[in-house]
Amino acid sequence: MSVLIFIDHIDGHIKKASLEAASYGAKIAEQTGDTAEALVLGNVNEDLTTLGRHGIKKVHQVQHDNLKQIDAQVYTKVIEQVAQQTGAKIIVFSNNSTGKAIAPRLAVRLKAGLVAGAVALPDTTNGFVIRKNVFSGKAFAYMAITSEIKIISLNLNAFTIVEKEGVAELSQFNAVVDVPTIKVTGSTKTTGKVALTEADVVVSAGRGLKGPENWKMVEELADILGAALACSRPVADAHWRPHNEHVGQTGIAIAPNLYIAIGISGAIQHLAGVNRSKVIVVVNKDAEAPFFKAADYGIVGDAFEIVPKMIEAVKKVKGIS
Amino acid sequence: MRILVCISKTPDTTAKIAFTDNNTKFAEAGVQWIINPYDEWYALVRAIELKEADTSTIIHLINVGAADGEPIIRKALALGGDEAIRINTIPTDPYLAASQIAEIVRQSAEKYDIIFTGKETIDYNNGSLGGMLAEILDRPYVALATHFQIAGNIATVKREIEGGEETIEVSLPIVVSCQKGMAEARIPNMRGIMAARTKPLKVVEPVAVESLTKVVEFGLPPVKAGVKLVSPDQVDELIRLLHEEARMI
Repeated sequence: MSVLIFIDHIDGHIKKASLEAASYGAKIAEQTGDTAEALVLGNVNEDLTTLGRHGIKKVHQVQHDNLKQIDAQVYTKVIEQVAQQTGAKIIVFSNNSTGKAIAPRLAVRLKAGLVAGAVALPDTTNGFVIRKNVFSGKAFAYMAITSEIKIISLNLNAFTIVEKEGVAELSQFNAVVDVPTIKVTGSTKTTGKVALTEADVVVSAGRGLKGPENWKMVEELADILGAALACSRPVADAHWRPHNEHVGQTGIAIAPNLYIAIGISGAIQHLAGVNRSKVIVVVNKDAEAPFFKAADYGIVGDAFEIVPKMIEAVKKVKGIS
Repeated sequence: MRILVCISKTPDTTAKIAFTDNNTKFAEAGVQWIINPYDEWYALVRAIELKEADTSTIIHLINVGAADGEPIIRKALALGGDEAIRINTIPTDPYLAASQIAEIVRQSAEKYDIIFTGKETIDYNNGSLGGMLAEILDRPYVALATHFQIAGNIATVKREIEGGEETIEVSLPIVVSCQKGMAEARIPNMRGIMAARTKPLKVVEPVAVESLTKVVEFGLPPVKAGVKLVSPDQVDELIRLLHEEARMI
């Protein structure tokens, strides 16, 4: 039997979230005494045998013209074929945009229970129980999957990528691949060099910045930290920043290692989207801002004075002049 | 055009999250209930906009839940739904909820060209219902949509992908999960509220479907140790802490 891990890629490169999923799935396989096998649909520029470094023993690749764009219906049927042939009892996705489109469909086809947004390894001592975030990160739930086949979508940044020695065996899988029913007619990259949901460090700013013209210093800080940019809901609603930078309960939920919030008061709805960050730094001139209660480090002060100083200090630490 | 909007009842975004019965149940006492924001602000309002552009459009609302969800269904009708259906069972699992809704769609004389859902509910954060529904009904599914336009039988949809957006074209019928960008939140007007009182709200009994997952226990995240405040004159010290203590820079 196998634990099958779906490997997602973009522009020919495997996504970081999928390396987390691979490491997580391999760990489950160790736990259950199964083999960790990965599945790649389409072509990637990277050497797939290197997935062995994350604990994968075997990689199944399906190459087909119909897989050039992600059509969840088409992908689901291909994954079903691989899952059946490899006898997969546990299937792992990253809970990213691709996983969110495919995992629920596959769950129906395989009549498999799905836990979307897992944040820890399953407990198999009494059934199959997985911890996931609920109430937008304000609580968690232990979910039992009661079906024979189990599907887990792992939250981004919830499991550390494992790096060790290992080479995976690569094998081509011949699958029946349907013609897509959707047509991708264009794509746009959002501003910023780092994808928000995949970023290790996120620099976020709110109404305290007073206007969109003041974002330059925030961008500079993000730039030298290699961070993604985010903002609070009022900022996106006022069109100071694009809506895809809005993090919070009704925007994007993120879990970076470091979240720096500048001029954001920290309303409960904002916290719900960022409270899974490992370390939170808050800069706000209002000492009573609720965000300080959720922060690890804070400075009570004016963003317009503090941020330029932060930029200088980071440059010093990083040795950038 | 026939549109079905799936709406779910969730605690208000500011509700205090606590649990009872040995941490197996959400503590509902004193909680204010709302339409799941993604269902209301984006799915329902976009449907209403489509109806405003083409007045022959019909919007039906569907909710899986107990009778205590009827106030939020009435609110959705006040915003602009034409009719509502409530499937009288507790949605313990997205597979169960999707199976119930799919059964209604199959049985219905309406063919529902478009089924809108929110991208996820703010209580369970699964985001699985739309995909499951699409698979049961064998329809295309576009998750995490930020824009939606329709021309004849073809929908043009923008969806979120990692680090960007993708524009896709797809033929109806479809299922779409909606998020920020689709529409702007509205509040119901008095005329809508009055009209909603007499709009049809049909209650149907569920079909037998088993859940594939269940909650064993809830828990609350550990409380933070407390913020370490650094003086505004010592920004260097903050960065040093992040570098040496937290090892984040």
